Amino acid sequence: MMRQDTSGHGRNAVEVRGLVKHFGDTKAVDGVHLNVREGTVMGVLGPNGAGKTTLVRMLCTLQLPDSGTATVAGYDVARQPRPLRRRIGLTGQYASVDERLSGFENLYMIGRLLDFSRSGARQRAYEMLERFSLTDAASKPIMKYSGGMRRRLDLAASMMGNPEVLFLDEPTTGLDPRTRQEVWDHTQQIVAEGNTVLLTTQYMEEAEYLADELTVIDHGKVIAEGRIADLKARVGQRMLVIRPAVPQHLQHLVGVLTHYGLAGTVADEAQGVATVPIVSDEQLSGIVRVLGYYNYPIADIATHLPSLDEVFLALTGQKTDSQDAGPPGSGPQGAGSGYQEAVA
Amino acid sequence: MTTPTMAPQTPTTAAPQRSRARGNDGGRIGLRANLRHTGALARRNAVQIKQHPELMMDSLMIPIVFTLLFVYVFGGAMGGGSPESASENRDAYTNYLVPGIMAMMSLTMAMSVGTGINEDSRKGIMDRFRAMPIARASVLVAKCLVEMCRLLLSLVVLVIVGFLVGMDIEGRWMELGAAMGLTLFFGTSLLWVFMLMGLTMRTAQAVQGVSFLVTTPLQFGSSVFVPTDTMPAWMETFTKFNPLTHVADANRALTMGTGEVANPVMWAVIWSVGIIAVIMPLAIVRFRKRT
Repeated sequence: MMRQDTSGHGRNAVEVRGLVKHFGDTKAVDGVHLNVREGTVMGVLGPNGAGKTTLVRMLCTLQLPDSGTATVAGYDVARQPRPLRRRIGLTGQYASVDERLSGFENLYMIGRLLDFSRSGARQRAYEMLERFSLTDAASKPIMKYSGGMRRRLDLAASMMGNPEVLFLDEPTTGLDPRTRQEVWDHTQQIVAEGNTVLLTTQYMEEAEYLADELTVIDHGKVIAEGRIADLKARVGQRMLVIRPAVPQHLQHLVGVLTHYGLAGTVADEAQGVATVPIVSDEQLSGIVRVLGYYNYPIADIATHLPSLDEVFLALTGQKTDSQDAGPPGSGPQGAGSGYQEAVA
Repeated sequence: MTTPTMAPQTPTTAAPQRSRARGNDGGRIGLRANLRHTGALARRNAVQIKQHPELMMDSLMIPIVFTLLFVYVFGGAMGGGSPESASENRDAYTNYLVPGIMAMMSLTMAMSVGTGINEDSRKGIMDRFRAMPIARASVLVAKCLVEMCRLLLSLVVLVIVGFLVGMDIEGRWMELGAAMGLTLFFGTSLLWVFMLMGLTMRTAQAVQGVSFLVTTPLQFGSSVFVPTDTMPAWMETFTKFNPLTHVADANRALTMGTGEVANPVMWAVIWSVGIIAVIMPLAIVRFRKRT
């Protein structure tokens, strides 16, 4: 989903050089380098506790880095926080709007804090409400908003000042799939207008949907970066999950698929499934032929986009730490399991 | 610096009509902008109250409940407690009590700001404020302004209830105004104490717990409810160092024309100025600090 580089300069709206942040003995962010070109969307992908939020907080001048430098819109996060703040928008993991105020009152207040005149703030607030489909709920207190409406209002609040760089820290974590789509649609609209966005997420699908480039971080370190297409070539476009009806067939099935050149095939004994990274449609039909040839009874067969765990497995050969704990709102099989699409 | 940074003045071509309305680039925030920000934030707190009138319950109910309870439960028993003189005793105690409760209200109303700030700061809205181009102190100043209004309202309610249960200030209206002003000033200084607590402590429950532990001995270990001369020497010494005693004595001297005025007023002012001078900068630094 590469967009035209409208600025024509390809300058960096965000430059991060060796950023480090400790909390006690743990290094939350450990020497991160990162560039976000103007008018593009950078996805920062990582599990819970990878340091994504700490990174965003430093870039938004909410926390000071221990070492390293970072500039946002040309301003240094440590030395020029005030002009920097005028050029950014931040939508955090938890909706940062006032629960007791109405949608309009929230936006009007933000407008006044951004030095709009009274009438200017009012006008801009209504504009934003309209744009994020909240006009009907303008005078309702946020307490009565649904989760998706809150996130949208949060986005609207962040866009009030027409920021040069928008930070979205896990904008859809904890939302149900339908609401997630709503938020994505609005985010995509922001993106389509040529705004520079830095997005953190735990979901490969979200990064794929919204971002041009991806930085994968774990334990505060960058473990992979590049265009989504390049990373996916390394990870596999899709994952095929096959559940044999007879569990004893599993090992044999994996052996057969590996024999047919599908080197990434993994048996998950606990789940009773085999997972195969798929890079082409031909591979998929090849596998179906193989399954037919050996005449395995198949209980279930599905493809899904690689989950965060699978991306990590492919990039680092390790599972993420967060797998046991499980991030809130995700299924028992870890982040991304909600996106399975059946092969009809 | 090894990396070249782009010149801040360069206009961005990606989005030409940035709304930087009146904001200057240098980052210093002028007085007018500061007042506008503080106004917008104070409005936020005021609208909160308008939408949720129950937030005003404490400022309306506490003066009523405390006055009625103390006047009608303890009032008759004060000064000997024979049933024949109960009514007379009650009237005398009302005149003693209401200026004292006035002082107490400064502490009671200030207490709630700590839990409020603490809850706010964990809700993400504070992060939004802190990432905005405003002076961070204006968030606290706005909160302070609204809380002062709440305290003033509760003092008005208290005085009205006081008159209804028979308080008699013998026409000392100016002095009553001065007592309310003094209480408001002292209450403002306490607001900063509780704001600092709210910003420092981890949970709202902790703030509430500690507030209760600190304020209860201060309320009762003072001249707010009864004269201190019947207390044992150590307790009487404690009350002398308790600023609530000074504020209560000052209010009483002003409104009732009993006792010395200058000394307690002076101590109340010294305490207020001292607390503001020390605690207010600490709270602002604490709020501005980026960890």
